[in-house]
Amino acid sequence: MSEVVVENVHKSFGALEVLKGVSLTVGRGEVFALIGRSGSGKSTLLRCMNGLEKINSGRIEIAGHALGEDAKALRKLRTDVGIVFQSYNLFPHLTVGENIMLAPRIVKDVAKTKAKEVAREVLQLVGLSEKFDSYPDQLSGGQQQRVAIARSLAMRPKVMLFDEVTSALDPELTEEVLMVMEQLARDGMTMILVTHEMGFARRVATQTIFMHKGKIWEQGSSAALFANPQTPELRQFVKSDVK
Amino acid sequence: MTLKTFGLDQFGFLLFSLQWTLVLTVIALIGGGLLGFAVALARTAQLKPVRIAAASYIQIIQGIPVLMILFLSYYGLSLAGFELPPLIAAGASMTIYASGYLAEIWRGCIQAVPKQQWEASESLAMTRLQQYRYVILPQAIRISLPPTVGFAVQVVKNTSITSIIGFVELARAGQLINNATFQPFRVFLAVAALYFVVCYPLSQLSRLLERRLHVGSSR
Repeated sequence: MSEVVVENVHKSFGALEVLKGVSLTVGRGEVFALIGRSGSGKSTLLRCMNGLEKINSGRIEIAGHALGEDAKALRKLRTDVGIVFQSYNLFPHLTVGENIMLAPRIVKDVAKTKAKEVAREVLQLVGLSEKFDSYPDQLSGGQQQRVAIARSLAMRPKVMLFDEVTSALDPELTEEVLMVMEQLARDGMTMILVTHEMGFARRVATQTIFMHKGKIWEQGSSAALFANPQTPELRQFVKSDVK
Repeated sequence: MTLKTFGLDQFGFLLFSLQWTLVLTVIALIGGGLLGFAVALARTAQLKPVRIAAASYIQIIQGIPVLMILFLSYYGLSLAGFELPPLIAAGASMTIYASGYLAEIWRGCIQAVPKQQWEASESLAMTRLQQYRYVILPQAIRISLPPTVGFAVQVVKNTSITSIIGFVELARAGQLINNATFQPFRVFLAVAALYFVVCYPLSQLSRLLERRLHVGSSR
């Protein structure tokens, strides 16, 4: 049962073509890591999957929704697809609890007591129960990112997208965020992550995709891909990564 | 004919007229605020024609003197058959003037909210209206407080222009008293002092807000 289908997707920014015919299929409960140099198109691909970027051609189907033009259908899709960003993007004027409860309350019309219950549950999942009433700027980067993950989870998504979520964090804080993501993967969440954490990709991702020049250059089970890269570009890329 | 001198009675008249300056300021800020808010939203709308229309409105209002707006609404409309009392003409033109500037100030504040806040709220499946209501405007309003209060100072002072169509606010009252007393220095010094008494605390408030908002960058 495939949760994400991407078929021959092309995407250009002006004259620059960043995705040159990308296709992939992610099964339910699978974890896909997208790796590659900056500018290889991996973040753009991820952002296309929830409609933050509009594709020029091709087809994307995710969590049972076809990505299209209709705004209402797109919102429906987004209730089932969570995304976490590199820069956390918490709402600074709201407490942690309010950040998490806002979308379930106004988008899904969840009752306040129920929303609070869910917020406490997802906060516990990311290990931040005691921060319910804190404001984002009172938290460390790692904590803010865990709250951002909790905020997404509160919508009960079927697929989670992670866009370089640890790139702004120092190693210690990176670890606590990765642990949360690993737990999610173990719990069976379908996940696609753009990452520079090769160790994490190797350990947690079921499949790893190496992107190069807007194309899927190499793809395979993480273990095989890292142990035995087929293309010179991936060999070079894996070698240059010391981690 | 006895020449009166500038005394307590006259000062009382200035104080009384100051009320009308304040009334006019309040009308301009409320009316201009409502209109300006709508224009600011239109200025940041998704539809390009709406954005262009709002931008043109702002350019036109900012590109003509308040005095012309005032003459157009007072003399212009009376030529067209509408006889406007000075308060209405003055209130309407100050409203239009304030809306042009507040719209531009607030557009800047809305756009000062990081693009990522739009992306995050959009990704949580919020409608555009919900994004404005729950995420963007609460942050934009915070940013807008210092420049808005700062602009209120300009409005207080610019209401003096309405003296030209015979609306008796503070500046006009000064002229009337001067006509009777021929003590321009005393009279206009008192008028200036009264404007200052209103404007100075507002400027200070604007600065205070700015400092406050810069320190703790949340809430």
